[in-house]
Amino acid sequence: MNTINIALKESKLYFATPAAYIVGAMFLALTGVFFVFDITAPFAEASVRGIVNWASFFIIFLAPLLTMKLLAEEQKLGTLELLLTSPVRDWEVVIGKYIASLLILLAILAVTFYYVLLLYAFGEPDTGPVLSGYLGLALYGAAALGIGMLGSSISSNQIVSAVVGIAILLMLSYVHLIGGIVTGLASAILNGMSMNQHIEDFSRGVIDTSSVVFFLSLAAVFLFLTIRSLETRRWR
Amino acid sequence: MIEVNDVTKYYGNFPAIMDINFRVEPGEIVGFLGPNGAGKSTTMKVITGFLPPTSGAASVAGYDVVNESLEARRHIGYLPETVPLYTEMTVREYLDYMGRLRGMTSERVRARIDDVIAICRLEDYYSTIIGKLSKGFRQRLGIAQAILHEPDVLVLDEPTIGIDPIQVVETRQLIKDLGGDHTLIVSTHILPEVSQLCERVIVINEGQIVATDEPENLAKRLLGRERVDLQVKGPQQEVLVALESVEGVEDVRRFNIERGVIPQYRVESESGVEIRAALAQKVIESGWELHRLEAVTMSLEEIFLKLTTEDEE
Repeated sequence: MNTINIALKESKLYFATPAAYIVGAMFLALTGVFFVFDITAPFAEASVRGIVNWASFFIIFLAPLLTMKLLAEEQKLGTLELLLTSPVRDWEVVIGKYIASLLILLAILAVTFYYVLLLYAFGEPDTGPVLSGYLGLALYGAAALGIGMLGSSISSNQIVSAVVGIAILLMLSYVHLIGGIVTGLASAILNGMSMNQHIEDFSRGVIDTSSVVFFLSLAAVFLFLTIRSLETRRWR
Repeated sequence: MIEVNDVTKYYGNFPAIMDINFRVEPGEIVGFLGPNGAGKSTTMKVITGFLPPTSGAASVAGYDVVNESLEARRHIGYLPETVPLYTEMTVREYLDYMGRLRGMTSERVRARIDDVIAICRLEDYYSTIIGKLSKGFRQRLGIAQAILHEPDVLVLDEPTIGIDPIQVVETRQLIKDLGGDHTLIVSTHILPEVSQLCERVIVINEGQIVATDEPENLAKRLLGRERVDLQVKGPQQEVLVALESVEGVEDVRRFNIERGVIPQYRVESESGVEIRAALAQKVIESGWELHRLEAVTMSLEEIFLKLTTEDEE
């Protein structure tokens, strides 16, 4: 119940304040530009691969910008003290806010769907990869928001929060580049850790259970760390 | 009811409070007095369960603030030092959210919002964005959220800090009205506030309780002497000698020496010895004019200084 109340309040605030509109608009503008580049390139194909690639890249910035204020601002305004001295558990606060950010991210992703409509209007894309691609984006976003939440919990400064989130996301997205220069087990582990490697499958129309589990556990681990991070005020 | 037993809280290696012990009975208003950095806010944060104590235990309404935290928090209304408000919400939305977080039903939240808005006189600001409220109204809204769920225990951390004098008076009256229904603990570094509001004062300095008593008793106990101020028109040296000769008098001193003002004398005697009649008689018998004679109690400022500087002497 508390989780729902918190999620409701945060979602309302997203809609009532300009921040989410601004980052949402930036995200749509950037993905839109690259969508145009993709479909006007020679031998362009009617697939969501380009959309998924670019959208996942820009989610690295979008997600932490959406989550940065959720806990950082509470710390700054002192409302965290109020929230955590109310009969509310720490995890209810974190999950409630996370759900709100997830709803907004999905709403923004839903708007990009008109790229897909354009694909259908001017070409014949396979529906399977379209659906799996968007499922992949949603999962990627869910994990990214979890990482953003951790960033938001460790500082009362929103900029710091966003930068921490973006840095972790960049690392986890491109760790396979290091995987490419080492060999053997190390390479396998680094490739397995890479968010980009996992979303590749989705944009090709493959729903790999291990990738689904990967993104969901990434979100879970970072949300867990966020809850612990809130608790650290107890022994600071 | 609030119980604090041997609570110590370290920030890193720095002890913010050490072995704090006190009880606040139901319906009592207790002032928590100390200079900035004495550990007032830390104690408040421990009571409200925001910070767990390093050692010792605290309980609110019979619930341990660490082990039965949620239950304890249900019984507390808390106004932190920086009034915690969501500046983007309206007064109504904010109170509604706070009520829901405390597990109140929609009907009860609605009814109580009307109540607290009336109590805190915020009627005109129902749908004002909080960011646009002045400091005094924010403070009132802070109190409104603290009493919204009708808690048994109210913890107010520096409730009158940073608001203008008229609002201070209003806020104090508001707090006073809240006593009786609630167990109240108010922290402050403003001395007159304590004597106006509180039935009992706990003085804290450098993380330790240095005194606990009623405001008046505190003065008496600390002074250990009775004080009488006199204004006498007469030859000063003779007056001094005459006053000193009265039985029970331990010390006579002139004070507030100013040209053109009738000389003033401060007489100190052992505590419990009544010397006013004897002093008056002496002055009259000597044929001088007695313009003023009154017993003085130590002001809270003096008590405070005395309590908090004693160790350094």
